[in-house]
Amino acid sequence: MHELPQNLVNGLLLGATYGLIAVGYTIVYGIVQLINFAHGEIFMTGAFGALSVYLGLGSGTSMWITIPLMILGAIVTSTVIAVLTERLAYRPLRNAPRLAPLITAIGVSITLQQLVWGFYPSAKSPRVFPSLPGGPYHIGSILIQSSDIFVLVAAVLSTLFLAYFVRSTRTGRAMQATAQDPDTAKLMGINTDRVIVIAFALGAAFAGIAGVAWGLRYGEIKFDMGFLTGLYAFTAAVLGGIGNIYGAMLGGLVLGLVQNLTAIYIADIPGMSQFSSQSWSSVWAFVILILVLMVRPQGLLGERVADRA
Amino acid sequence: MTALLEVEDLRVAYGKIEAVKGISFSIEEGQVVTLIGTNGAGKTTTLRTLSGLLKPTSGSVTFKGERIDGKQAHEIVQMGLAHSPEGRRIFARMTIEENLLLGAFLRRDQAGIQADIRHAYDLFPILGERRKQAAGTLSGGEQQMLAMGRALMSQPKLLMLDEPSMGLSPIMMQKIMSTITELRQGGMTILLVEQNAQAALSLADQGHVMEVGRISLSGTGADLLHDESVRKAYLGED
Repeated sequence: MHELPQNLVNGLLLGATYGLIAVGYTIVYGIVQLINFAHGEIFMTGAFGALSVYLGLGSGTSMWITIPLMILGAIVTSTVIAVLTERLAYRPLRNAPRLAPLITAIGVSITLQQLVWGFYPSAKSPRVFPSLPGGPYHIGSILIQSSDIFVLVAAVLSTLFLAYFVRSTRTGRAMQATAQDPDTAKLMGINTDRVIVIAFALGAAFAGIAGVAWGLRYGEIKFDMGFLTGLYAFTAAVLGGIGNIYGAMLGGLVLGLVQNLTAIYIADIPGMSQFSSQSWSSVWAFVILILVLMVRPQGLLGERVADRA
Repeated sequence: MTALLEVEDLRVAYGKIEAVKGISFSIEEGQVVTLIGTNGAGKTTTLRTLSGLLKPTSGSVTFKGERIDGKQAHEIVQMGLAHSPEGRRIFARMTIEENLLLGAFLRRDQAGIQADIRHAYDLFPILGERRKQAAGTLSGGEQQMLAMGRALMSQPKLLMLDEPSMGLSPIMMQKIMSTITELRQGGMTILLVEQNAQAALSLADQGHVMEVGRISLSGTGADLLHDESVRKAYLGED
């Protein structure tokens, strides 16, 4: 075996990033039954927001100030853009047939990519993202980078925060009620338009954090980085059971593991060596998705549709 | 004295199909008013329009002297109009207590909310016994109790109940009807939509018979109960 513990850790870290993004797909879907295909671009704009803050501060500033401000910049950028797209693109289609907002989401996705490509300075090629100082650290045979710790902390804190928020706050209860039955939620006095905005904003904030994590881990960001990553995160949300926030995290972790492990270990199976490259790893991710959905169409932690009635 | 709720020439349409074709009625404070009629007469549509879930095509709704026909549902709840919808529509995956808390969503007086939750448990002891259970595990009658308790949690000036007896056993139905009587004695103003015309008219001050989107007959509960055409059409007598 080639360093199994290390590969497990790498898979989980990739998966945690997917999970952070997947949460946004799942919250929005849970409330408005919209697959927000532009969510991958919300993740991408967060990374560019963080980069802008970094460039604005100059290289003399301490990392302990720069990093929190970059996270803040990412969250603000992602949230503002997500709330604007909800207002301008999705809200006018609230009562339209479902296909309309779905196609619109694809349009928003392309628009955001092109805006960054066209108007962000030198974004036509990858832009270098700052890296965290310190590390790598050795834990037994496992090698851990500073950015890995960032991903881990971000994923754990975000999940805990979200669980607390949805279960224990007034707004969280309003979100649950709106997800279960929007009309009756209105009869409770809940402003469901506001709840929808909060859902978009919350998902965007996590995507923004994921954007920073991505930049720190891979060292560069690109206008189209949200497309494929968004697609995987969406896959993770479906895998975990769309509408379920813990499912999104779990789906992300499973997907990250599958992608990482198949890229390496498939080659150990006799006759399979040609299916083990990086590019095949996405095929295996979707194979797992299909297998899971055959057995559990509602996803790993999803509820059956009948329960939602 | 002006009426608590004043509906004037209200029309509501789903696309090109008009479900409510110009109805007018009013409710005085402390009254129990009932709308009876067959399925598809427009009773539920009327309630959904009053609570702001549907927008009327024309006509006006005035509540506490203020026009509410252009307002959003959550603003109307804030003004003191509560609507317990047809089919109960409890939040099945949340606990009984969470359902009640949602009924008090717009209130900020924690002590008052807790007192009202206890009051709901006094009114319906079964809810108190099961307060930490998912509401979806309750029986139909218990869910109806929860739906009524939840609507009361907003401390409404006017309580609208849509088919509270639907699908209930005779014993459960009696329990629900006696609760409505209790609320009425407590001074609650109620707009009751019912298919069980006998029960509804027996406890209503005013009744209106709806037929295909119009009010065809109005009178006191007792008058309608003894009206020959009502007895034939809605009370199952020949």
